[in-house]
Amino acid sequence: MIRVRLPHNLTILASTGKEVQLEVSGTVTQRAVLDALEASYPALRGTIRDYDTGLRRPLLRFFACEEDISDDPPDAPLPGPVAAGTEPLLIVGAMAGG
Amino acid sequence: MSSVRVLVGTKKGAFIMTSDGKREQWEVTGPHFAGWEVYHLKASPADPDRLYASQTSGWFGQVLQRSEDAGATWNAVGNQFEYEGEVGTHTWYDGSPHPYKFARVWHLEPSLSDPDTVFAGVEDAALFKTTDGGQSWRELPALRTHDSSSGWQPGAGGLCLHTILLNPEDAEQITIAISAAGVFKTEDGGKSWRPANKGLRSPQLPDEDVEVGHCVHHLASHPSRPGTLFMQKHWHVMRSDDAAESWQKISGNLPTDFGFVIDVHAHEPETLYVVPITSDSHHFVPDGKLRVYRSRTGGNEWEALTNGLPQKDCYVNVLRDAMAVDGLDSCGIYFGTSGGQVYASADAGDTWKPIVRDLPAVLSVEVQTLK
Repeated sequence: MIRVRLPHNLTILASTGKEVQLEVSGTVTQRAVLDALEASYPALRGTIRDYDTGLRRPLLRFFACEEDISDDPPDAPLPGPVAAGTEPLLIVGAMAGG
Repeated sequence: MSSVRVLVGTKKGAFIMTSDGKREQWEVTGPHFAGWEVYHLKASPADPDRLYASQTSGWFGQVLQRSEDAGATWNAVGNQFEYEGEVGTHTWYDGSPHPYKFARVWHLEPSLSDPDTVFAGVEDAALFKTTDGGQSWRELPALRTHDSSSGWQPGAGGLCLHTILLNPEDAEQITIAISAAGVFKTEDGGKSWRPANKGLRSPQLPDEDVEVGHCVHHLASHPSRPGTLFMQKHWHVMRSDDAAESWQKISGNLPTDFGFVIDVHAHEPETLYVVPITSDSHHFVPDGKLRVYRSRTGGNEWEALTNGLPQKDCYVNVLRDAMAVDGLDSCGIYFGTSGGQVYASADAGDTWKPIVRDLPAVLSVEVQTLK
């Protein structure tokens, strides 16, 4: 199972805990994980990826295995420990005021 | 016994306040959607327990929420607002072309007769409609593709469609306002639109009586007189007695005619309320005094209403959607401030009391009168 950690506001929106577990078939990529996440939690559609562009919203970041992978291609394989379920993919809201 | 429900959107969540018809004791619930900007909540006139809320965030974008039980529980509904057809450009602050891009829903206007039908005014300016309770939204594209739209420029808050007036006598007639393009009206349910700004003058524009380009802040009308409209423009308070075909200035003796809100008494169609704001560079009330101004003559002659409102060291603003009236026999007036106060008057403005004093900055206030 792929582990994904969500920012607090999205856990409320999705009515779930801080970390969710997802089945992802095929190569484990950002796109595949986010597709599976949105399929399991439809309320999250449009909140992580922009509807128009399909790209990560600008004030969100993706971290994995202590690396910032936000700008990796969406179809690039995620690090092995994420694909193996030993490390989570972190979706993090940028620290910005307001 | 009648009761009222006040729906308040703030910078950090929504709050719902209920009281019996005396409007003395209030129960407050919230924050709903804590931490999110809630630009607007509004109930369906056809089903008072059906509420819609626009929940938005710079991080997470737009979420639309619906409640079937007067806000006790909520469910996220559709949040995809896709412009139809070719997405063109509007004019940016510096005069350059700028692509239209959806940012957020400013205003939700439920149908007067069908709980599943709602109009949404959005930034960048466009009008959307749902007929399935918010699950899916479709643009009424004739407005955004109007011949003038490439020249529409944003106000300081963005290029927002913020006011939607539905004509209770004719469902095909809708009047909307955009900052800073002005008023547009349709008489065919949104298939075609035309500007309705004759009589407006904006000295900050190169052509001060241009057909399109005015920064209209808010519109109001009384349900019994849909042909009479009132406007708080950036500067100037205006009225129209011919369904927005022409406008006349009614600022009269107001201490300043800059402001955002305007509303009409529930039972007196010629009784109006505004909150004058010092200026467009000072978005706070004049002289440290929070004063609602009431006209009982349809404009021009205004009286300050101060009883119960702070008259010293007060520097709040009242935003465009942050005033509403109830329909009880003694008309209640409500407004919220940038300082987080929500004030209520149960006697048409003669006296005021705060329902709450310390919310996040208030973005919108709506009121339901419940039998």
